[in-house]
Amino acid sequence: MIRFEKVSKKLGGRVVLDEIDYEIRKNETFVIVGASGAGKSVSLKHMVRLLTPDSGRVMIGDDCVSEARGQELDRMRNRFGFLFQSAALLQWLSVGDNVGLPLRMKTNKRIEEIDELVREKLEMVNLGDAFDKQPAELSGGMRKRVGLARAIITDPEIILYDEPTSGLDPVTSRTIDRLIDRLREDLGVTSVVVTHDLHSALAIGTRIAMLHDGKIVEVSTPEQFVKSENEIVRGFLEAQYITTRGEWEDSETS
Amino acid sequence: MVCRNTGTAMLMLLEAFRDIPFMVSPKHRHDVLHQQFLTAIKSLGVITVVGLFTGMILALQTGLELRRYGQEVYIGSAVTVVMLREMGPFMTGLIIAASVGSAIAAQIGTMTVSEEISALEVMSIPPARYLVTPRLVAMITMMPLVTVYTNIIGVVGGAIVGQTQLGVSMTAYMDNATQFAANKDLYVGLLKSVLFGIIIATVACHQGFSAKQGAVGVGLATRRTVVVSFLIILTVGYMVTRLFYQ
Repeated sequence: MIRFEKVSKKLGGRVVLDEIDYEIRKNETFVIVGASGAGKSVSLKHMVRLLTPDSGRVMIGDDCVSEARGQELDRMRNRFGFLFQSAALLQWLSVGDNVGLPLRMKTNKRIEEIDELVREKLEMVNLGDAFDKQPAELSGGMRKRVGLARAIITDPEIILYDEPTSGLDPVTSRTIDRLIDRLREDLGVTSVVVTHDLHSALAIGTRIAMLHDGKIVEVSTPEQFVKSENEIVRGFLEAQYITTRGEWEDSETS
Repeated sequence: MVCRNTGTAMLMLLEAFRDIPFMVSPKHRHDVLHQQFLTAIKSLGVITVVGLFTGMILALQTGLELRRYGQEVYIGSAVTVVMLREMGPFMTGLIIAASVGSAIAAQIGTMTVSEEISALEVMSIPPARYLVTPRLVAMITMMPLVTVYTNIIGVVGGAIVGQTQLGVSMTAYMDNATQFAANKDLYVGLLKSVLFGIIIATVACHQGFSAKQGAVGVGLATRRTVVVSFLIILTVGYMVTRLFYQ
């Protein structure tokens, strides 16, 4: 569904992505992990052409998003929902207006119709009573959930999550994880999650890719990932106190 | 660097002009009205004080000189003509650049560094149409109105000084003013005000979109908006005057 073909990107003179190749399949939750600055978010931004590769190309199905322009790019972007790390809510709009913004600006739906859809999506993220609140009144977790409601308001095929649990307490993080899982199961969306929270990655991912120094060093299922012999992966697992699959399962259940 | 910035600012301005027809739709009408309110109504307090004192200073300085020749009655025309041609649009431009322009740059700059602009792009909502065009339309429509208000307040300020300090009656002041001020003075001043509005909106939005590196970047964008707007307003003001008064 999404394919990176030898994509390279330099930012500020540093190679962030170095001829990376990987493919994300339909209806899976593909998690990209790696240390800070490894190129995870840069990779995500290439999928919606917020960044353009220096070389290589990014394909969405049969469409080449890295070369698309104008209406063609809009059409491709309309297939996506994007939850930004900071949620990126417009500060002067209420929660309801933020979530309904894509519908208000891009469709001819009536206000009542939009409001109804907004309330439905807010209910899905357990924020049914936040419709009239301002973003400044919300906690970090609530903002992310509003951002998620906005990302799914147009019922996209693919949802991109940039660090959905960063800065959140463990309980709220697991709530977000469950929401991501539910969206894949209930709506059948393809999800791409960028995170350095391995507990979250192992819980929600159908496949996990590890980015290191601009290269993909591992792509595997969570079960294979925790057993990986790759030194970089092992170091990353051990840094988060996950040494074997058994221990991870124990830590998840305890 | 300057050429590249000018180029991207011009492209943004062209895109914003192209999107003006969209502003009549209910989706954008509220945004335009809100920006018009911020540009005009919210600035009236400071405009009143600056306009009043500009007129008073002009009247006092010219009046004291003219008094040496017994011609102080001519402060009516001096103040009115100078306000209409130069000081009205110029002072309004400076105030709007410093208050509204800096606020626009800070708002769009904050949106840029907090990924809100990226969010708009991903939602296929053109940032220029959503953010620049309503501000541009507000500037183009409100700057002339605010300038007319500044002119009136300035002329009234001059009249107050004439009456209280130079012994020029209100009637004599107004007679003199209407005798020498021409329609051309008003039109040229209003043309300047429209150009200044376009300059402020373009510089402020462009600086906002160019903001980088968090709060420091937003601060720099705000500062550059005021400085660059002032410089362009001064230059364009002179060029328009040169064009119409040779």
